[in-house]
Amino acid sequence: MARELPYIAAINEAIRLEMQRDESVLYFGQNIATTKNDPFLQEFGSDRVRVTPISETAEIGMGIGAALAGYRPVVELYMAEFMLVGMDQVVNEAPRFRYMTGGQVRVPLVMKAGYGFTAGWAGQHTGSIYGMFMGVPGLKVALPATPADAKGLMATAIRDDNPVCYFQHYLLLLDHGEVPEGEYLVPFGQAAVRRAGTDVTIVGTGWTVGRALAAAERLAGEGVSAEVIDPRTLEPLDTATILESVAKTGHLVLVDQATLHASASAVIAAEVADAGFSYLKAPIRQVTALDATIPYSRPMEEYVLPNEDKIVAAVHQVLGSAPVAAT
Amino acid sequence: MTDTNGVEGLDRDRLVWMWTQMVRVREFEERVKRTFEEHPGVIRGHTHLADGAEASIVGSLATLRPGDQLMTTYRCHGYPLVLGTSPKAMMAEIYGKAAGLCGGYGGSMHLTDVSRGFLGTSGIVGQGIPQATGAAYAAQIRRQGQVVLCFFGDGATKQGAFHESLNIASLWKLPIVYVLENNNYNVVTRVEQEDANAAAGEPLAVKARAHSMPGVTVDGGDPLAVYGEVGAAVARARDGGGPTLVESKVYRLSAHGNSIAPPGVPLHFPEHEAITTFGATEEYEAAKRGDPVPRFRAKLVTDTTLSPAEADRITEAARTEMQEAVEFGLESELPKPEDAVKYVYA
Ligand SMILES: Cc1ncc(C[n+]2csc(CCOP(=O)(O)OP(=O)(O)O)c2C)c(N)n1
Ligand SMILES: [Mg+2]
Repeated sequence: MARELPYIAAINEAIRLEMQRDESVLYFGQNIATTKNDPFLQEFGSDRVRVTPISETAEIGMGIGAALAGYRPVVELYMAEFMLVGMDQVVNEAPRFRYMTGGQVRVPLVMKAGYGFTAGWAGQHTGSIYGMFMGVPGLKVALPATPADAKGLMATAIRDDNPVCYFQHYLLLLDHGEVPEGEYLVPFGQAAVRRAGTDVTIVGTGWTVGRALAAAERLAGEGVSAEVIDPRTLEPLDTATILESVAKTGHLVLVDQATLHASASAVIAAEVADAGFSYLKAPIRQVTALDATIPYSRPMEEYVLPNEDKIVAAVHQVLGSAPVAAT
Repeated sequence: MTDTNGVEGLDRDRLVWMWTQMVRVREFEERVKRTFEEHPGVIRGHTHLADGAEASIVGSLATLRPGDQLMTTYRCHGYPLVLGTSPKAMMAEIYGKAAGLCGGYGGSMHLTDVSRGFLGTSGIVGQGIPQATGAAYAAQIRRQGQVVLCFFGDGATKQGAFHESLNIASLWKLPIVYVLENNNYNVVTRVEQEDANAAAGEPLAVKARAHSMPGVTVDGGDPLAVYGEVGAAVARARDGGGPTLVESKVYRLSAHGNSIAPPGVPLHFPEHEAITTFGATEEYEAAKRGDPVPRFRAKLVTDTTLSPAEADRITEAARTEMQEAVEFGLESELPKPEDAVKYVYA
């Protein structure tokens, strides 16, 4: 059975179900559970649910330590940027332990943070910085784009025996969608085809999935059939599904809210160029944020971000076509 | 110089100036807050107000000389107003306009006026502290007697950046004063829920002890008390005596910031967390009764430094000034979209 839930409620549902299922799951971080009325605190008690000071290095480091000692912490970090003050713990501690100990230990840790709040939050609170966490062997990265995935990827993240960066998108928090009830797991490394098509493949993540779908709808009106793919996790990355699609369409447009060199898009482009060059009938186009810190003022913020128009224009470019009249 | 209040160096004009600045900060913040209702959508993102901290801000900044410098957090509207920055440019920045103090690039959290010694803000808790400490290092080796004020909240003292910086500042005897504005809250967390000193019933100023520097706690609702403590610390710093941690106890009179929501959901300023989260209405009401702006007015009127008529005139003038700032902000132009890529590199 599924029912409609907002994205944010779906995340909370997954944490709650996993905490019911497994007593070793802990949930701590800033500005949660500050009163007795907190539902997590009420259900699971203060051994397992705690508010922490504003101390990201300690929060993440303690998450690692508790994981080494047998627990499965979910650390609430609010914004991906706040992880940067504890970056050593994230990239140079958590993912290294298992390897450096010759497999003696595991670090089942979820670092949960929001990103991409391009709604006037200006330079330091709007980043799409998942690229900084890709390419770190031992670290996984999940980017849910729908309420159902928000639930399923969180449950999988908690059960995973590795450190996972779980990045929820701020602009999607109140989006409603069907969410399965009860236990629901979305496997890592399995892309979702959000819309089937035959002329061009568009890949987006998080908030840009919706932008890509809107562009695909518009393109359909012009007689262009676009396939939209959402990788859902960046580490591991399901290159196979993307390649399969490109084999069919011969055209690839990548959409990413990050700047080009810090994007998932650049990595996907390289993978496709490597393994799928012969499928391509035209060069790959990447629609990413422009190379700038996100500005506060709306017209400038809109200017640097990917949008429907830019995606449609990129598709026209790869197809080498002006729009054809709708039939 | 007539010293009507037993605080060295403050004559009547200066005292009236101090209250005037407090009123200006309050009126500015009131207008920012009202903008959410009167002009929905004009202010975007996250805005943090200084109402309740006026006495602490003014008392601290009144100790500075030309050439001194400061750095603050995202809760940054009060300082530039006192330094003389145009409220029109500030409001235009908060409204995202090209004529804004930072051209619409930074918004409410990053109001910066380098021409007045205000070197910048950080939206990331605690991260401005090492930067201010670096400015103090520069001041030390420039040897022109400059002092740096570093403002941050109670929550920020739980960052490594705070402790790392205080240690170096004390070790190197840097000319800096750390003004810890303790408003009892980090968003919805009360200080005793996250601070070991507070939980043990100790003032946060004891953190100075670990770094072998003086630490004092002062009533941040009294601009003269703040002036006295920060002034003594500034004088010591100027004389090569090194840093001080001044814990200034304030109470913010608004919520931490406006509501947080994706676009499409109108933003508003909720009630203070004491009420909404903790049901501690009496705590909030008591803070309101101790509001530093009327409190200092009453003091100045009682000791006849200020007549009620003059106080009213000052308030009226501040209202007019901030009304003009709102109008300027509303009427000015948005930046050109393509300017977004302008200041990425120097
Ligand atoms: C490193 C970091 N962690 C978390 C946040 C989110 N955050 C913004 S303001 C704030 C509270 C800060 O409290 P305090 O230092 O007491 O300053 P106040 O807002 O009370 O003036 C928090 C947790 C942040 N901006 N940076
Ligand atoms: Mg505080």
